[in-house]
Amino acid sequence: MSNAEPASERQLPAWSLPAGSVESLELPTEWPGRVTREWAWGGSTGKGVRVCILDSGVDAGHPLVGQIEGAVAVEVGEDDDVTVVEDAEGDLAGHGTACAGIVRSIARDCGIFSVRVLGAGFTGSGTALLGGLHWAVEQGFQVINMSLSTTKSQFAGMLHEVADAAYFRRTVLVASAHNMPVESYPWRFSSVISVGSHEEPDPLAFFYNPSPPVEFFARGVDVEVAWLGGGTARSTGNSFATPHMSAICALILGKHPELTPFQLKNTLYLTASNVQGTDE
Amino acid sequence: MSDDRLKAAVAAGVLGAEEAYRRLLQATVDTARGIFAARASSVFLYDEETDELVFEAVSGEGAEELLGQRIPSSTGIAGWVLVTRQPLVLEDVTEDPRWGGREISELTGYVPKGLMAVPLLHAEDPVGVLNVLDRPQRERFSLEEMELLGLFANQAAIALDLLRKSRRARAVLEESGTDVETLARLAGRLDELEGKEREAGIALLRALESLLKR
Repeated sequence: MSNAEPASERQLPAWSLPAGSVESLELPTEWPGRVTREWAWGGSTGKGVRVCILDSGVDAGHPLVGQIEGAVAVEVGEDDDVTVVEDAEGDLAGHGTACAGIVRSIARDCGIFSVRVLGAGFTGSGTALLGGLHWAVEQGFQVINMSLSTTKSQFAGMLHEVADAAYFRRTVLVASAHNMPVESYPWRFSSVISVGSHEEPDPLAFFYNPSPPVEFFARGVDVEVAWLGGGTARSTGNSFATPHMSAICALILGKHPELTPFQLKNTLYLTASNVQGTDE
Repeated sequence: MSDDRLKAAVAAGVLGAEEAYRRLLQATVDTARGIFAARASSVFLYDEETDELVFEAVSGEGAEELLGQRIPSSTGIAGWVLVTRQPLVLEDVTEDPRWGGREISELTGYVPKGLMAVPLLHAEDPVGVLNVLDRPQRERFSLEEMELLGLFANQAAIALDLLRKSRRARAVLEESGTDVETLARLAGRLDELEGKEREAGIALLRALESLLKR
């Protein structure tokens, strides 16, 4: 099962389903009678899954982060032209390193890649966010962790397109919800997995929210995280809950790489702490 | 109402208002510091023209050194909070918290071990960042405290937005010439007077008005 080729490489998109061709719809995942956490990610370490941290950069080599696959920075020119260059500066705030450390603590063997969209000034931040996300989706990361959003409505349409493109290309966007009553994007889009915080100390506890737009709550209070200079900090905020969900996605995709974002979201629902029964 | 009279009326409000809005902002950071029993609290204003964050109000540690200091708008925790519009709380930071850029800690000699930072939002624009530094260590931070911080942020955002608008209005007045500014200053002074002094001031202005009519 886990060695199956991704369906997108085998099949052309099916625009319709002619009579008698139901058999042609290959469903590479055999769903068990009951989806449990053991089925979903038991034994998985996230190996083979590439997680992109779209944030302030990552301090590579931090003891809680380890080696990363690579790091780029998004630069914004005067005419709003975007270039993606090798990142020589690392983390400009500390937050990206914290996110990478959280992902590593849960999915220890996943690949981590940093896309820095911070540092281009506030003026260029929306353009950097969009450009960085676009680039990350093109690279085919299975999971993109986004603790960022923009309130600029001018970016909403373009972000929506990128989010939908990611959804159909099997890239899961995991985005921090706002905990203030503001309209911001892309976490509000249904093609992404949006995350708020709960106060439980269990890193694998997460809850499905039947009253969207926030779809899941993950650990986001008093989290011990990696910080700059090889240090640590205790942190609180939705932006720390998000990498918990990204890591759980990496665990599931490590075991079931064929899952589409739709199937992955279903798996998250069925294994949520307030939905699942006791593991058998 | 003629253009100049309208400007003069507006100016009367503008000149006195800036100081009042500044005091409101200062009261907000003082209160935030008091409520959270923190060592310091501050507000950054986002300066669109220079694309920087400016310390606009500071309470507690570093108050004198920090007012008016500027940092880049998208680095450090304040920059991260401004860009992402996400509040965050850090405690027990063992190394460099880089809350407002490393140079800020060097300037004051004060390196906080913890901070709460929240974006100040006006409509779809962030106008600044509110920081609360080094609240006493308790067992756990709670989401309720995060909401409390959000309430302060709403108040600070309104004060900051008023201050910003007041400065813009003053800039417009200054561009439109010294005559209106002089009138505005006069109106502002009159507004500050009370009792007999005020009556005397008004009488004097009326006399001046009838003199100018001839």
